[in-house]
Amino acid sequence: MTTPTDEKTTSFSGHQLEETTRRPRRIWGRPGLVTAYAQDMAFFDTRAKLVAVCALVAIAALMPLQLEDDILKLLATGFVLAIGAIGLNLVTGYAGQVSLGHAFFVGVGAVTAAVLNGDPDGRRLGYGITFLPAWMLGAGLVAAVCGAIVAPLATRLRGLYLAIVTLGLVFIGQYIFAEWREGTGGRGVGRDAAVPTLGDVDLTVNGAYTEEQKLYWLMLVILVIFAVLARNLVRSKVGRAFAAVRDRDIAAGVMGVQLGRYKLLAFTISSFYAGVCGSLLYAADGHFSPDEFNLGMSVLFIAMILIGGAGTISGSIMGAMLLALLPRIASELPGFFPFISDRSTEHPNIFEVETALYGVLIIAFLLFEPRGLYGIWHRIRTYWKSFPFSY
Amino acid sequence: MTDIDTAEPLLVFDDVNLSFGSVKAVNGVSFAVQPKELFAIIGPNGAGKTSVFNVLSGVYRPQRGSVTLDGRQLVGMRPPKIAKLGMARTFQNIELFSNLTVLDNLMLGRHQHISYGALAAFAWVGPARRQEHRHRAVVEDIVDFLQLEQWRKMPVGLLPYGVQKRVELGRALAMEPKLLLLDEPVAGMNLEETEDMARFILDIRDELHIPMIMVEHDMGLVMDLADRILVVDFGTPIATGTPQEIQSNPDVIRAYLGGDHQTEAATDGPALTKEAAG
Ligand SMILES: Nc1ncnc2c1ncn2[C@@H]1O[C@H](COP(=O)(O)OP(=O)(O)OP(=O)(O)O)[C@@H](O)[C@H]1O
Ligand SMILES: [Mg+2]
Repeated sequence: MTTPTDEKTTSFSGHQLEETTRRPRRIWGRPGLVTAYAQDMAFFDTRAKLVAVCALVAIAALMPLQLEDDILKLLATGFVLAIGAIGLNLVTGYAGQVSLGHAFFVGVGAVTAAVLNGDPDGRRLGYGITFLPAWMLGAGLVAAVCGAIVAPLATRLRGLYLAIVTLGLVFIGQYIFAEWREGTGGRGVGRDAAVPTLGDVDLTVNGAYTEEQKLYWLMLVILVIFAVLARNLVRSKVGRAFAAVRDRDIAAGVMGVQLGRYKLLAFTISSFYAGVCGSLLYAADGHFSPDEFNLGMSVLFIAMILIGGAGTISGSIMGAMLLALLPRIASELPGFFPFISDRSTEHPNIFEVETALYGVLIIAFLLFEPRGLYGIWHRIRTYWKSFPFSY
Repeated sequence: MTDIDTAEPLLVFDDVNLSFGSVKAVNGVSFAVQPKELFAIIGPNGAGKTSVFNVLSGVYRPQRGSVTLDGRQLVGMRPPKIAKLGMARTFQNIELFSNLTVLDNLMLGRHQHISYGALAAFAWVGPARRQEHRHRAVVEDIVDFLQLEQWRKMPVGLLPYGVQKRVELGRALAMEPKLLLLDEPVAGMNLEETEDMARFILDIRDELHIPMIMVEHDMGLVMDLADRILVVDFGTPIATGTPQEIQSNPDVIRAYLGGDHQTEAATDGPALTKEAAG
């Protein structure tokens, strides 16, 4: 029997290693040719992707010079929600652990940031830390610790049972937030949110640029940072282990993946992202009430990753942006469909339509495009790649 | 195979009992696998072959018995620990991570060889990137070895069955195991795919020198490839020996053809065929 691999000696040692350490070469006339693994495994594996993402970020950065402040505020909120959605996507989309408790971790982040940043002489508990990265990361860390405490549940329960138990977390959280008046202000009252300042500049005060413009840029920068970090994570050993735990946990164990450890990691990281999201979510309003961290918010995050695309970072962002803009989209509808009223006393009105749209979007995506907005974008891209041979 | 007989065994499976309620899936099975040996386990459906593999890889914990690899007791260890000691396996019903590409599946086989942690993963630059590149090179060698080039970037769920079986073999090889367990590597394959797989198994033995335990119903393949064979029926060991010894063993023939054919079969001296194996 002849073997095609006669030159192989004993075991696999990565004979092509020299290839990987060599600098990538571009061959003239073959822009798509990959000559080194470094290039094949780069953050942007094709130049087209690099150009597209840079263009997108540049456009996003220039938006505040063009758009109205009220839209900028919505978009900035969308960026913050996107950080939370990325977090949920890590634990649910990538690691396959369905969590209905995301609102709890967002709440922990919001409260922690408010407490850290709050006025020490004020009515509520406050430590007067004004340095933004300090209270933002502090909020993330406290939420992450809560996530790590909850994670062992996931090693005992799976699927629907885990979803129900994490749902319980939201109710426990609501109780604690409501009772801890010193920290949260209590039910229906709330307290001031952490105030974003950079150096001596309070971003919530109009100056050369408006509050909305400054907050928009701040949130955009933070989102880009957290999205890049998440993207690195999911293409690494950790991301592969998450997917292994999600797809086949027995095989994952036999491959050497420690299930408990990666579930713990998934919950911890996801909660960290949720905490960061919570710390920034009320910067524009300046105030929040503990009632907001309810089941509805958890479902909103689930909807974002379902609509955006489970198991994708860009999908998380797209889903969050769409749902953040949904009220605005609904309020524009009377202009196109005169039978929709913008007064809540008449029917159908924009508020009803918004709720209905939300439901319809979830159902439609689950039925027709389970890969979400990411899937749609992917299909468009594939279509243009193979144009004019579209089949 | 004289050197095999005298060498210190790599794996000792000693008097193992595993039952599910009243079903005795593995009932007092013992065998030893020598370094470099290709050991086969055969037996009718439900005989307990896969259960032996599940005990070996730590998926099930036997009620009684001992399993040692290189002298280390495996009973009671969790699967990741056993994987780390050098046990790799494929599954009877393919257990690939079907949403991931061929490359990512093979990279998962490298999991325990990659040492960077979550923080390095976030940063990517530094240890994560260095190690990813190094292990990617190893994985590419395996892609070459198993001739998987054309499917490298495809999600494995979209690949033909025979290719998936090969990817699963690659994932196990990526673990650089001391002992490789193959559960029905050619089940459901056509003739060409079977021949390819047989060639790969021979390559693994002759070039990579990895000892293997193979469970297989294709008697032709088993008799051609195996150094020694263990026959089990209803969880009970019936015979162990070289292919020649097994083919002429009356107990084996009885187990395969049933009690009625006992005398007939023994006198005719039949070869065990695929059909007989069911
Ligand atoms: N998880 C389980 N729970 C209950 N019974 C089981 C379990 N796994 C295996 N069994 C039983 O143990 C016995 C041996 O099964 P096993 O899968 O090991 O057989 P096998 O020799 O691999 O068969 P096949 O050739 O069909 O793959 C069977 O009777 C089976 O029903
Ligand atoms: Mg079996």
